[in-house]
Order: sequence, then structure tokens, then C-alpha cells
Amino acid sequence: MIELVSKSRCIECNLCVSVCPTNVFDSVLNGAPTIARQSDCQTCYICELYCPVDALYVAPQSDRQTTVNEAELTATGLLGSYRENVGWGSGRTSTAKTDQTFQLLKHLK
Amino acid sequence: MSKNQFESQESSITDFDPNLAADVLVIGGGPSGTWAAWSAAASGASAVLVDKGYCGTTGCAAASGNGVWYVPPDQSLREAAMASRETLGGFLSNRHWMARVLEQTYTNVNQLAEWGYPFPTDDEGKPYRRSLQGPEYMRLMRKQVKKAGVKILDHSPALELLIDQDGAVGGAKGINRRTGRRWAVRAQAVIIATGGCAFLSKALGCNVLTGDGYLMAAEAGAEMSGMEFSNAYGISPAFSSVTKTLFYNWATFTYEDGTEIPGAGSQRGRSVIAKTLLTQPVYAILDRATEEMRVAMRVAQPNFFLPLDRAGIDPFTQRFPVTLRLEGTVRGTGGIRIVDETCATSVRGLYAAGDAATRELICGGFTGGGSHNAAWAISSGFWSGQSAAEYASLLGGKANQRRLEGVGEAALQSKSSGANTLATDEVIQAVQAEVFPYNRNYFRTERGLSASLDRLHSLWQEIRTSRVVADNEIVRAREAAAMVATARWMYSSALERKETRGMHKHEDYPQLDPNQQHYLLSGGLDKVWVKAQPLGRGAEDRGKGEIFQSKILDSTSKIGVAL
Repeated sequence: MIELVSKSRCIECNLCVSVCPTNVFDSVLNGAPTIARQSDCQTCYICELYCPVDALYVAPQSDRQTTVNEAELTATGLLGSYRENVGWGSGRTSTAKTDQTFQLLKHLK
Repeated sequence: MSKNQFESQESSITDFDPNLAADVLVIGGGPSGTWAAWSAAASGASAVLVDKGYCGTTGCAAASGNGVWYVPPDQSLREAAMASRETLGGFLSNRHWMARVLEQTYTNVNQLAEWGYPFPTDDEGKPYRRSLQGPEYMRLMRKQVKKAGVKILDHSPALELLIDQDGAVGGAKGINRRTGRRWAVRAQAVIIATGGCAFLSKALGCNVLTGDGYLMAAEAGAEMSGMEFSNAYGISPAFSSVTKTLFYNWATFTYEDGTEIPGAGSQRGRSVIAKTLLTQPVYAILDRATEEMRVAMRVAQPNFFLPLDRAGIDPFTQRFPVTLRLEGTVRGTGGIRIVDETCATSVRGLYAAGDAATRELICGGFTGGGSHNAAWAISSGFWSGQSAAEYASLLGGKANQRRLEGVGEAALQSKSSGANTLATDEVIQAVQAEVFPYNRNYFRTERGLSASLDRLHSLWQEIRTSRVVADNEIVRAREAAAMVATARWMYSSALERKETRGMHKHEDYPQLDPNQQHYLLSGGLDKVWVKAQPLGRGAEDRGKGEIFQSKILDSTSKIGVAL
């Protein structure tokens, strides 16, 4: 579930509020959005892809809350890792272009 | 006048905001809904698309990677593609429908390439178009839908359909869940593209898929088909939502003590995993993937590795606990019955596309991977949009001055007064307790199904007689009602199919029975019904379809010409 909206990174663009398919965030006047309905988070990770500054972190546990440490997530490179892995963001190339599914299907059966 | 009545001269902007009129209303903004809206607009219709979430991220496709049933127009390749799934599907699919889906999917996926979808190239330098990465695909579809002039209302779940005095559908009403404002859209035709129902199981991207469209369609009089094929389960790490199953083809499944579980596997051996999970945990390790494959796997499906990386697990060298999450009719094949090649339902002015519509016509009673589902969403979305636009132009603009009435009842109107307010969360937990357990839904018995149905019918009564919840909870309450209605059609149909066919595993009748090679239609709300429908309707409908297809050929739309 979504566990972090980094106040230090957030630029208050509220894109996460718009794109979350299950309406988890609320916008805040002159502030970072809040995680208003955490239990509605479906752990689809899509908010991370749309966040232009990697301010969001979705923890892998989909059925329970966990505690996260922003400094640790930054240090281990997990903050923004999904966006990097799909090649979204300026200066990156979408990995759809290098999708290797065809190689793998050769090994099936 | 009923309190639900909705007349153009009386409704004002203060009652509904926005209060719109269009030729075609599309409910749902996933793959089928976006193709429907695009195709309606490309056919010259004005179109509004409403989505419960955000068009571009909503639905199971956006969150995932999608194989596509994309087969070049080579007779022998297409024959092989059609033949490959007929046995698995229990011989309920229809070659004519498969052929037209293959053709339309091929055309539309090539259109995606023209729009700039970054398809990879294969070893021979040829474009490889059998796989779509969800976030990229749906971001592109949103862009194209907007470019085509479709008005999109995000975070705007539809709550009920509007019908005219002759029973034809003429729009929908709903609510914006961010502002709390009520909206209304009058339309000559409505397309239900709300996806299937996965009962809030947290299977990847599936929590927006709660059967809302089934409920709305049924309230307008539509029928379901194949609801017994509703027990698909996806493998995920036990702690995670990521139900991506392709890579488990290279997994070894073990008990807690590390010994291999005989017969367990991703494709054929999934029921062994389910049986084992009834009594003990199951672990997986992807130790059958070669070093070379491991690199390709990471690039092919970044989100498969996401939860594992974040949990500090190397799936190639460390085993991890897995579970099976219900994907219901999202990967099951049941849904709203469509009556002809235009994807019309049995209700005038109402169309269905994608997972919301039955997929039996191309899959029968079983879907493995997502490729047929993606192809069906593309094709049925495209056809429904085009047909709805055509129907709208036949009706003419006057149709939007019709007197309309909302037909939503469950959780919107109560049959009694003074009772308790609907306990939405409790109802949801109760329906999940009937459809999640493997020994109720994966493996079905007459006794189990009957006992579940008794409880589900009581839940429905509770919904119908409880006091209506406040506006801020109305969307969840309608979801709860839709899930209970869906579960009742599922288990009523399952009880009627006294055999094992497709994904429907009946413990009391473990064999396929040649005498039951038919579809099961279902429907009804306060009283649920099920009846058998012989195969071959497809052939009967063919005449109508041929006329329709020739119209596509004459159309000036780019994609029509490409056919």
C-alpha cells in the first residue's frame, strides 16, 4: 500500500490525486497531498509512475500497513525505482521499446 | 411522478453538474471503453466517457503487462490460433467470432503503432506486436480519445442507467466522488465497458472492477451469459497484489519444508496449488529460468519484480510464499450477454464491451493469459462504439428530449423504511467469504453452492430493505450490491451446470457432459433465473453481422478502410 508522500520532494502538482484509480489521495491547500483513504489503495504502483519527482512510495505489502523510512528508501534506490524501470521521466526511453517478452515465449513449452 | 424521474425541461444545472447530452455515453475508461469511445467519435458521434477512477490508469490492463492475440492474416496461422484454445474452453467458443476478433485486433494493434506505441523489434528486426505494457498503452489511449474529441469525466462513477418509456436506454446518472456533485448524461446509446468483477481481492489493478456495469445493465433488463465461468485465480506472492502469472511457468512449487509439490504448476497444476493452500502454505522459486532469460524477464515485466525487490527477495534463488487471488470474471469469461455482432445487449440502446461482456464467444469457458482478453477488449470496444454511433444517428437528435427515468434500485432506494442503515463493509466481507475460498469457488459442490446462495440471497434482501447510505458512501454501497448480485448469478449458474467444463470445476460432476454443450444465460435481481441457450446463435446472427460489416467497409473512418 501507499506509505509515503515525501514532503521534501513533493512539488504539489497533485497529479497523484488525479491519476489514482481508487481515489486514495486528497489535495491540500499549499501543501503535499495526504493519503486520505489508505485502505482503498490497491497496490498497483501507478501513482509512482506519474509522480515527476519520485516523492511517492508504495510498499509491496498489499494487505497491511508497514512503516517506511524515507532516508533508507532513498539510499537503497527504491524511491522512484519503478518509474526508472519502465523508463518514464525526462531523458529516459520507455522500456516498452525493449520489451523482451518474445524471447521468453520461445522458451515456453 | 417517481422521485427518480428525469426530464430535460425540469433538470437544471443546479441538480446535475455537469448535465450533458451526447450521441454515445461510454461507461468505463479501460481498454474496451477507450476503444469504444474512440470508435464512436471516429464514426462521427459525439461521445462522453465516464470512469469511476481515472481513464488511463483504471482497470486491470493499465497496471499490468498484456499479451495480445495478434496473429498476421495468414490462413494457417489463424487456424492454429483458433484451434489452440477450443479444448481448454470446453468447446463453447465460436470460430466465426474468433476469426473476426483476430482480424479486428490485427487492424487496431497496427493502428496503435501508427499512433506511436513504442513496439519493440524482434531478432529479425521486425516489429513485435503481441505484447503491450499497460501504463504506456493506456496513457496513449487516453491521449487518442481526447484527441478524437471525446469528453472524459474522471472519478465519476455511474450509479444508474436512464431508460425511456419504451424501455430503451437513454443515458446515465452518477456522482463525482471527488466533489460529491451528481452528474447526468443523456445519450442515444450507452456502452457498458466497466470490466468484470474481482470482488475487491486486490488482484493487480482489479479493485475498480466490482461488477457495477452488470448491476446497471441488469436493472435495465439485460441478461448475463456464462457466469459459471467466474472462478479464475491468479498467482501472486502471498504478501503482494502482483498477480502476474507468466513467469511462474519457470517456477518450482514447494511445501514449507522445501520438498516439491507433485503436480503443482502455473498452467495445468494451478488446482494442485489451490488444494495445497487449503491446508498449508505454498512456496515458489523461479529456478527453471536460465541466466539469459532472467535478464529478459526483468525488461519484459518490471512490475513482476517490483514487490519482490522491495521485500528483499531474489525470486531466482530464494523461495517465497505464494497465494491465489480471485480474479472472478476479469479473467473468467462470463459477463453481459451480447445478442449480435454489433455487441448489442438484449436491451435497446445498450451495448457491452470488454470484460463486462461475455467472452465465451472467443474463449468458451476458460481464459489462460491475458492475450484473448486484450483482443476482445479492443475488438468488442471498437465494434460497440461504431454500432452505438450508427444507432444514435438512426435515432436522431430528438432522442435526447425523451422523458427518461432512472432504473437503479439496489442501495439507491429502500423497499422499507425505518430499518437499519446498510452496513456496507460487512456486506462486502460477507460476499467475499462466499467467493474467495478455494473450497467454495475454485472447487465447487452442490452443497457448497446451495449454502452460499442461501446466504447471498439473504444479503441481497438486506441490501434491498436497509436504509440508503449517505452520498459519501453511495459508490461503495452500489459496489457491494453489484458484487452480491454478481455472486448470485455466478453460483446460480454454477449450480445449473452439472458437469466440469472450462474453468468450472464441479466436484460432484467431475466429467464433461456432451449434453451440456450450451451457454447458460442468467439474470434477475430480486429473483435470479438461469436458462440454457443452445450454441449456434452465432450462425443465426451472422446475416445481421454481414450487413453491419459491409457498412464498416463503406465507412470513411481510417480504420474501416483498413479492413
